[in-house]
Amino acid sequence: TPHSCKTVPGPGMGDFSYVGIDAILEQMRRKAMKQGFELNIMVVGQSGLGKSTLMNTLFKSKVSRKSVQATSQEKIPKTIHIKSVSHDIEEKGVRMKLTVIDTPGFGDQINNENCWQPIMKFINAQYEQYLQEEININRKKRIPDSRVHCCIYFIPPTGHCLRPLDVEFMRRLSKVVNIVPVIAKADTLTLEERDFFKQKIREELRANGIDVYPQKEFDEDAEDRMINDKIREMIPFAVVGSDQEYQVNGRRLLGRKTKWGTIEVENIAHCEFAYLRDLLIRTHMENIKDITSSIHYEVYRVRRLNENNTAVAHANGLPQHHMTSHEM
Amino acid sequence: MDAIMLQEKLVERLLCPRVRTSRQKEKQYVGFATLPNQVHRKSVKKGFDFTLMVAGESGMGKSTLVNSLFLTDLYKDRKLLNAEERINQTVEIIKHTVDIEEKGVKLKLTIVDTPGFGDAVNNNECWKPITDYIDQQFEQYFRDESGLNRKNIQDNRVHCCLYFIPPFGHGLRPVDVEFMKALHEKVNVVPLIAKADCLTPSEIKKLKDRVRDEIERFGIKVYQFPECDSDEDEEFKQLDKELKECCPFAVIGSNTVVEARGQRVRGRLYPWGIVEVENQSHCDFVKLRNILIRSHMHDLKDVTCDMHYENYRAQCIQDMTSKLTQDNRMESPIPMLPQSTPDVETDRLIKMKDEELARMQEMLNKMQQQIHDGKDQ
Repeated sequence: TPHSCKTVPGPGMGDFSYVGIDAILEQMRRKAMKQGFELNIMVVGQSGLGKSTLMNTLFKSKVSRKSVQATSQEKIPKTIHIKSVSHDIEEKGVRMKLTVIDTPGFGDQINNENCWQPIMKFINAQYEQYLQEEININRKKRIPDSRVHCCIYFIPPTGHCLRPLDVEFMRRLSKVVNIVPVIAKADTLTLEERDFFKQKIREELRANGIDVYPQKEFDEDAEDRMINDKIREMIPFAVVGSDQEYQVNGRRLLGRKTKWGTIEVENIAHCEFAYLRDLLIRTHMENIKDITSSIHYEVYRVRRLNENNTAVAHANGLPQHHMTSHEM
Repeated sequence: MDAIMLQEKLVERLLCPRVRTSRQKEKQYVGFATLPNQVHRKSVKKGFDFTLMVAGESGMGKSTLVNSLFLTDLYKDRKLLNAEERINQTVEIIKHTVDIEEKGVKLKLTIVDTPGFGDAVNNNECWKPITDYIDQQFEQYFRDESGLNRKNIQDNRVHCCLYFIPPFGHGLRPVDVEFMKALHEKVNVVPLIAKADCLTPSEIKKLKDRVRDEIERFGIKVYQFPECDSDEDEEFKQLDKELKECCPFAVIGSNTVVEARGQRVRGRLYPWGIVEVENQSHCDFVKLRNILIRSHMHDLKDVTCDMHYENYRAQCIQDMTSKLTQDNRMESPIPMLPQSTPDVETDRLIKMKDEELARMQEMLNKMQQQIHDGKDQ
């Protein structure tokens, strides 16, 4: 750790020893408030796992693709589509441009071979776009950041273990983006079943060498490691989403009402939505963005700059031979 | 309705209108009205058999539901594969047989499981092992039926296939449609919405409407309940109507007993409440059980024999006769039997039974010889 020097005004010493370095924090904060933040979240999973609802629940507003598009009936597309929807949201003076990237068609076909390819291509395309801006002679003051900061992968609540499709997807994509796996529609699992399932999933992730967020190798210091270890013991979070409010014990809460009880989405005794929200938004949002830009993006950049091909000709993704050498 | 009660009701109906003078009653009463009772008694002695197939992706609660329906523990020693082991797994067919007895009635229940269905990344034609299995049972029955020794025919034909539709989607997925279409003309397909406790009542209704709609749109012929006789009472007709409108059934299974409302019930315990499997306002488990076991088991078997099997047989004969004329052979009145697929177990059993019969025949001959010799002396 760097040697830290703190000047504290002693009693009866006046302002001589106070430099005022810490005021920079306030300056940064004010600038950030003015600028606003960008966050790009991708959701991946089969049709009907509650991806759109979860996004709406996380950000307490209608930010998902379905809320924006008027769809009469949800149809499974024959190929995978990548659809981005952006919203400007604000809270206590802090503005955020949130982009939710949906991937309808993933895992829904009879033959799902290579269904990760369009997604991989999209993620690399965003890195490419950023790279192009960066290497420009006349660069923009603030390069618009469309890089995918986080990919939430929805695991169906079978209660058994990961499916081959889940392993294939996460194995490949965890190398280029932060993957946050969640157990979708977790209200179908009892607490016992949930714990068993989570344990199985963690075992399988380890056995397949899949590093999901927060990745162990990117822990910065002991404090980080301690906090992240606790999170790693809990993932994947078992979530339930809802954009409907019900009256429970005199309060209005987000939940799902069934004949045998009401599931409260933000009650940690019912599901782990609150933990996911805290991770993604309240505590680790900046870290997620940081890892994307300083690690995933840099890996991409180094690889691209080492190539002899002109960047223009391959603006839409890596050339084939690099793709295969990157994959295990 | 109880099978026994039904029979008794029938007998009653037959006898009642003939209430006249005792003399006339004697004259008109032949006595064959007791036939149903006799059939009933014989069946009870012989016992029943039923073959049920379950299909659907891994983790849909198939095993739990089967155990809940028949109050068995068929999957005690099962080992679940992990994702790596599943990558190269193909669809298997596994049979579990269990003998159940209740109130003197014996049932030989066979559950045909289909692990691996729909679990791979590429599920192209993953239903083929299943359709092949069903065809094989038909073929075996056809051979046995056409054979000379018909005493010990084993009926392994699949009487019903429960197909588990995941509750997570918005309706039928491509694999659901393709599977049901591959099977609907070979077996009675009963679609179910699995793990229905993750859906609210309005979501269940929406999903059922959507699935019913798509079943019609894609021309899938699921098992249809027979129409009520016109002389059934209103209550029966109403129940029947409700049953039909409830399809596909939204089911939940459980092998654990929990305490709810002061009673011990089969259910699932959540932090927010208890789901009771046998509570009709929670799920359609009771309706499914009644259909499958209490009221329509016989009809399922009838439809299998009278429709699906006959279709197979007719198709088979047609194929064979067209092959014969193609080969320019003499047309024989009895078509040649199809090539048998090797089924070691059945062959062995048939061989055993044949040997037994041969032994008995020999004994009989010996006895006859002895009697004959005795007479001569």
